[in-house]
Amino acid sequence: MIRLVLPAALLATGFALAADIPANERRSGFDFMSSSTQQMQRDDTLNPAMLWVAEGEAQWSEAPAAAAKSCASCHGDAVGSMRGVAARYPAFDERRQKPVDLQQRINLCRETHQQQPALAAESRPLLGLAAYIGLQSRGLPVSPPQDARLQPARSRGAALFNTAMGQLNFSCAQCHNDNWGHRLAGSPIPQAHPTGYPIYRLEWQGMGSLQRRLRNCMTGVRAEPLPYGADELVELELYLNSRAAGMTVETPAVRP
Amino acid sequence: MAALLSSATAQPLVKYVVTGDAIPDSLTGSPGDAARGRAIVTNRQKGLCLLCHTGPFAEERFQGDLAPSLAGAGSRWTEGQLRLRIVDSRRVTPSTIMPSYYRIDGLTRVGAAWRDRPVLSAAEIEDVVAFLKTLRE
Repeated sequence: MIRLVLPAALLATGFALAADIPANERRSGFDFMSSSTQQMQRDDTLNPAMLWVAEGEAQWSEAPAAAAKSCASCHGDAVGSMRGVAARYPAFDERRQKPVDLQQRINLCRETHQQQPALAAESRPLLGLAAYIGLQSRGLPVSPPQDARLQPARSRGAALFNTAMGQLNFSCAQCHNDNWGHRLAGSPIPQAHPTGYPIYRLEWQGMGSLQRRLRNCMTGVRAEPLPYGADELVELELYLNSRAAGMTVETPAVRP
Repeated sequence: MAALLSSATAQPLVKYVVTGDAIPDSLTGSPGDAARGRAIVTNRQKGLCLLCHTGPFAEERFQGDLAPSLAGAGSRWTEGQLRLRIVDSRRVTPSTIMPSYYRIDGLTRVGAAWRDRPVLSAAEIEDVVAFLKTLRE
């Protein structure tokens, strides 16, 4: 289990740091869903996200252009080679010298090794590949890398989690650490563990990434959402993944 | 052009005086309208109240349970106490999750559509205060 050590600088800036959820009280968003939504996730023949997975699987072995290599021509069968990969992301990227999330990693691979333009944020092919790769970690523990180079970014993510923002002036922690299990209007507030992304969200009637979900929450508190791909969003993802370390990967999850 | 400018420019907030844990005087100088206040309280895009509070609104499904019921608020608090708790609840209880409905300073990353605007106008706050005073039990 990874223990987060918050830097003294963060504590000294006067953030109202909410108490972290004790490890044995952590619960997936799955536990807060209705039984019918749980059933939709449990049964792959009912889970709409499996359509994206199927598309991702097809893309895996297709060359994106005539002269380009497919994912499979380097990585082979994803069932073996991608096992556990999604459970580790975000991870440190040598070339960029900063953390990248799984979808950024897919696009770096496309640009560097396939000489293809990056897939657009939230596009169907990018979500499909991420869901297919994510599926290869289903059932495994969330396993953030023990990489000291990630620590400054992870600490910034923790600070952002505890920063009140928007016209309504809420931090992530005020809802998801301090008030999980209570109802916001009709909906139970979950603990914000990103164990199932990309997810099929009933409210979206479609698939979306963790960044999309984080931007939704920012809009909800009437904050200016961070743009897709912003370092701050990746840092928040990094923090959330370490907060969920050891929990079980559910990708592709269904959420209300 | 003048109309365009004035609609794009945020209105300055009305100044008010806090006495103890209350704002005794109306922000507009006149009493609010309780019927309009009820409409604001039950509007999930406007007052937002029922996202967190329950209240005596049988027709409203999906009320929150993050905060005390609004039932009886008019007996528990004076008009002035209600006014301050809507205007700037964090001034009374710094750790509360109740947003400050009439404050535009000290905020971070406010969305463009909401920037330099309070959650409710002074007149809307008076309407809500007038309505909450009618919730006697």
